[in-house]
Amino acid sequence: MPAVQETIDQVRQIDVDQYKYGFETEIAVDKAPKGLSEDIIRFISAKKNEPDWMLEWRLDAYRRWLTMEEPTWARVEYPKIDFQDIFYYAAPKNQSGPKSLDEVDPELLRTYEKLGIPLKEQEILAGVKKAAPAESVDDEDADAANDNVYKSGRVAVDAVFDSVSVVTTFKKELAKAGVIFCSISEAIREHPELVKKYLGSVVPVSDNFYATLNSAVFTDGSFVFVPKGVRCPMELSTYFRINEKGTGQFERTLIIAEEGAYVSYLEGCTAPQRDENQLHAAVVELIALDDAEIKYSTVQNWYPGDAEGKGGVYNFVTKRGDCRGDRSTISWTQVETGSAITWKYPSCILRGDDSQGNFYSIAVSNGYQQIDSGTKMLHLGKNTKSRIISKGIAAGFSQNTYRGQVSAHRKATNARNFTNCDSLLIGDNCGAHTVPYMEAKNSTAQFEHEATTSKISEDQKFYVMQRGIPEEEAIALIVNGFVKDVIQELPMEFAVEAQKLIGISLEGSVG
Amino acid sequence: MLEIKNLHARIADEGTEIIRGLNLTVAKGEVAAIMGPNGSGKSTLSYILAGREDYEVTEGDILFNGESILEMDPAERAASGIFLAFQYPMEIPGVATMEFLKVAMNAQRKARGEEPLKVPELLKKVKDAAGTLQMDMGMLKRPLNVGFSGGEKKRAEILQMKLLEPKLCVMDETDSGLDIDALKIVSDGVNALRSPDRAIVVITHYQRLLEHIVPDSVHVLYKGQIIKSGDKSLALDLEANGYAGVIGEAA
Repeated sequence: MPAVQETIDQVRQIDVDQYKYGFETEIAVDKAPKGLSEDIIRFISAKKNEPDWMLEWRLDAYRRWLTMEEPTWARVEYPKIDFQDIFYYAAPKNQSGPKSLDEVDPELLRTYEKLGIPLKEQEILAGVKKAAPAESVDDEDADAANDNVYKSGRVAVDAVFDSVSVVTTFKKELAKAGVIFCSISEAIREHPELVKKYLGSVVPVSDNFYATLNSAVFTDGSFVFVPKGVRCPMELSTYFRINEKGTGQFERTLIIAEEGAYVSYLEGCTAPQRDENQLHAAVVELIALDDAEIKYSTVQNWYPGDAEGKGGVYNFVTKRGDCRGDRSTISWTQVETGSAITWKYPSCILRGDDSQGNFYSIAVSNGYQQIDSGTKMLHLGKNTKSRIISKGIAAGFSQNTYRGQVSAHRKATNARNFTNCDSLLIGDNCGAHTVPYMEAKNSTAQFEHEATTSKISEDQKFYVMQRGIPEEEAIALIVNGFVKDVIQELPMEFAVEAQKLIGISLEGSVG
Repeated sequence: MLEIKNLHARIADEGTEIIRGLNLTVAKGEVAAIMGPNGSGKSTLSYILAGREDYEVTEGDILFNGESILEMDPAERAASGIFLAFQYPMEIPGVATMEFLKVAMNAQRKARGEEPLKVPELLKKVKDAAGTLQMDMGMLKRPLNVGFSGGEKKRAEILQMKLLEPKLCVMDETDSGLDIDALKIVSDGVNALRSPDRAIVVITHYQRLLEHIVPDSVHVLYKGQIIKSGDKSLALDLEANGYAGVIGEAA
């Protein structure tokens, strides 16, 4: 596809140091003072005009958090985080609800433009125009841009810039189908009954240190509600960037698919380059009722740190899906290429009978990146099935760990799991580790586990290069072949860019 | 086209010298056969021509169209027109043969400053070339060389050679693992590539392949040197009398 070449060129144009998205946008920011206290939480809650119950929920989480300790079991090392040295709230100014792109800070639009194809912002912005022709963006590019939208299918975006949703598009059409897609802040104000019912029902307030912190200070995120029997008419998509120095990023996402509903949600992110470490602790909760299906895809490309491993994002994420209804399905697909440290285990609770959980993952680490990622599949219902395909690629001096847990409850008769973990090493200074944990409490469970570790052989590389393919492209080609099973699970919008990102992440991995 | 001058090369890791003062000249349009017993350095020579890093050239030079290629990496050599058909082609899991062909062809075009091929044009080229080698399109959807039979792998090598249109083709034991029918198809493919602008170096153990691909010159490689050169009758002589006579003469 010609898009591949365009993507390469566009990405090259953005070239700043190793990290291709390392630029910052200057926008006036309204932020809370550094540090964390009940007052800061009140400030955040007030800024967002939240009802009292929400403030109480946050304060309760904060008080619990004070009694908790940072987990240390993951195979990652980093200096102790000073939680009083972080900004917990930063929002772009002029936030009184932009009605159209005209009202969006042009600097922000330029940021999207700079990001170019890897995150499809331009296309998506064009999508806004297409949805509402009166809200003109830029007439010169409109035709070409509209063309793009037709070719790529429909994508609705809830863009989170730092902490507050700035633009939400396609809303009207989604509303026609009965789908609610908005920022979590808006959902708290407009749909309190749904938020109250589901928030914290999959990841409880005191689930773990970072989830509890998130519950106290989350600033924004997405909310999706797909009612009974509705197939969401388009892919829903969020792109966010961390954009204010030292700003903690605490996203909160809640997706509910009622009986028989279907939704596919895409999330992608890049962050500007900076010196100090940035903490990111998101929580994502998915709820699928009877016969519902949720697909959640992520392309994560935050700043991984410089060549010596300095700086970079700390990504401590709690993602969990609850197959609450019978015959429901939840699929996680992730492409992890960024962050200095990744601590992330998108999981499925297979509560409903005949429910199914899938986890497809590509985790690429280079430089001094550390990834400890995997999944949990908790089989509680009868005839539940889960499938785990994990591809880890380690280069440079990085450490890449797969950590997985599969368990079958006493009552989970005929639970089945298939796990395939493959690791690929590039060079001699990196490490790949697999830590699978399996536990079946009934005799009818069937768990299968396959794992391989291989190195890109010199023979393979030489063969590919002999055909005229330069070394880095040769590595990218071999690696993309290695991860193909997972790439296939990504929606089309993401697949090409994900492949590109993998290539870019491995640049400089060979001498 | 190809001039190898007093070439000495050793295994980079351990220093064993494999090529010991090798001289060889192959002209444009020429088909040269290199024959020799096991362990004489035939495969090593093909790897060194293609730029494999495991070997270190300690003396001498390799000129391609008058210019030294020693400083070029394998991809640069390939883009300049050197193609190596491997004795054991590598499997590339997850990469469809068609995709691989596209990436390779466009990488070489890019190196030459040409536009990438448009998809319909690419498909037509590949389809035509595959047809002459009796390869079906289904095979092109499979990951390159993965699960291919010996014959399929060799055909896939010739397909790549056809599509990349190299100026110098080096064929390392292309006949190994081929049955008679496949040998015929592969040889026909190579013969179709004979051209006044292209040189072909055929490395082989046996005279058998040379019945199908008739060489202009035959060279005997032994202990890292060309010890005898002649025309195609030399190959017949070797077939009849073995290497011992030639080796004895040289010693």
